Amino acid sequence: MLRNSEAEPEVTEPIVLRHRVLPEFDRLTVYRQHGGYQAFERAVRSRSPEAVIQLVKDSGLRGRGGAGFPTGVKWSFLTPGVFPRYVVANADESEPGTFKDREIIERNPFQFLEGVAICAHAAQANVAYVYCRGEFWDLTSELDRKIAELEGAGLLGDGLFGTDYSLRIYTHLGAGAYICGEETALLESLEGKLGQPRLRPPFPAAEGLYGKPTVVNNVETLANLPLILERGVDWYRSVGTKQSPGTKVFSLSGHVKRPANVELPLGTTFRELIFEHGGGILGDKKIKAILPAGASAPILPAADDVLDSGMDYESVAALGSALGSASIIVLDETVNIAWAEAKITDFFEHESCGKCTPCREGTYWMKHILGRLMTGAARAEDIELLHSVGTGIRGKCLCALGDFAALAVTSGIERFGTDFKVHAVNGQ
Amino acid sequence: MAALAEKYRAEIQSILAKYPPEHKRSAVMPLLFVAQREYGHLDRQAIAEVAALLQLEPTEVGSLIGFYTLFHDRPGPTYRLQVCTDLPCALRGAEEFARELRQELNVSQGEPDTDGQIAVEEVKCLAACDRAPVFQLQEPGGIHYYENQTLETALAVVEELRGRAGSD
Repeated sequence: MLRNSEAEPEVTEPIVLRHRVLPEFDRLTVYRQHGGYQAFERAVRSRSPEAVIQLVKDSGLRGRGGAGFPTGVKWSFLTPGVFPRYVVANADESEPGTFKDREIIERNPFQFLEGVAICAHAAQANVAYVYCRGEFWDLTSELDRKIAELEGAGLLGDGLFGTDYSLRIYTHLGAGAYICGEETALLESLEGKLGQPRLRPPFPAAEGLYGKPTVVNNVETLANLPLILERGVDWYRSVGTKQSPGTKVFSLSGHVKRPANVELPLGTTFRELIFEHGGGILGDKKIKAILPAGASAPILPAADDVLDSGMDYESVAALGSALGSASIIVLDETVNIAWAEAKITDFFEHESCGKCTPCREGTYWMKHILGRLMTGAARAEDIELLHSVGTGIRGKCLCALGDFAALAVTSGIERFGTDFKVHAVNGQ
Repeated sequence: MAALAEKYRAEIQSILAKYPPEHKRSAVMPLLFVAQREYGHLDRQAIAEVAALLQLEPTEVGSLIGFYTLFHDRPGPTYRLQVCTDLPCALRGAEEFARELRQELNVSQGEPDTDGQIAVEEVKCLAACDRAPVFQLQEPGGIHYYENQTLETALAVVEELRGRAGSD
């Protein structure tokens, strides 16, 4: 039987959410008392950029923004000999179900900024931008103050630690567009243009910001770096699974008693996250389904084999979904999945940037068909039509948003067909 | 007419300093926020001013306003209470919250109240799913989050805003 404890369970030592156990960790003096900025200083003084890249490769750290691509490998694609280079931190967190980067920037800002600095050293960049979604207005003002504090303490600026290395970090506010979380759309937006994705290749590591070699990394990815450098590869790889090392910040939301960010080793089971850390289902109802990567991956029926599966990139893929940015939305037995898909489709239809026809038109038609289902005006064949529109989007767009928009819907029809039929029958 | 350039000289300089001089187009969104704070919305004159600051065509600046949801091209309410009603928030009662708030204020979705000061809008994900219901208050000078809301706490915010508007 499922455990349903009311007490907060034990959590393994956090790597990213260290502010949860260390009071006032958002103060520079406190952060430095706990070893903050030693990793960056040591890297600048005595570790070559190549050595840092190799170390991050060996650590097995994978991008925490959703793609799970090995971070050190991404860095090693920077075109040799081309300068200036740029580092961009992706803080455009906008996926329904995701709220981890915000907590990191708000509560553990100096570890995040040290991660940005370490990445800049490895990339041999002298300028880094933090692209924050426009809604993070207050958070960004606070981050500006933290950056100024680092400059005052000689931890950012010119001639760092007596070397000739200089680094400036600037924040940049977006203005409300989910698509800007896609790294090439983000770069377009940072250049002052419409946030629409670029054709790849070239990838940002070859031609990124202003056409120069650029690393774009998620906030959580960057926040992992200081401790990886300080404590080493073996320590890091002792947490998580072989192919997905380290911890992950799981954003747990929906029908759980305690929605929250929970940092756990990759490979922890859905059951442990939802029933121990999340306290179980609201009102002790039955769990029906899980969206493991927010709105952007196939929906999973909450059967025992799913609940007992580990949450790492490989295991969730084997279940027929994706871990993505690990935003776990829990749906209880009262939820009609067609309704949930209609909500998700509303989001993607609104956020489609309009560049690629299959996504722009496909999300529009999916929204209309789901609208018919929700108002009881649908015919039975509308379900098949909806599925075919979704299938028609997949694999045909410049960026992943098209696939994201379709995956939850097509999987919803395949795995929860009855929930759709209920509405169609009513409409006949 | 170069009102922004005069009034916000220091702020504009510090924004421009973030980007390489040959890529000052990057400053367009930060400058549009400055213009929106000053004028409340972004009309042709505001667009022309920002374009002039960056030596861009007004069309290049204007196209951004329809694309990014935090920019407004026409006069609107001073205060926008923007409630997230995406799936995770909806699972925790955000749609009912938005509906009750509109009912209580006697406004319809997106329409301002009788004073034209306050509107309740439903918006997309605000990255605060663990603290639903949540809304952001967008006003010309900034954006602030209000989390774990109830009808009572939201109405208290509205009262405070009305007091502020009345004392202007």
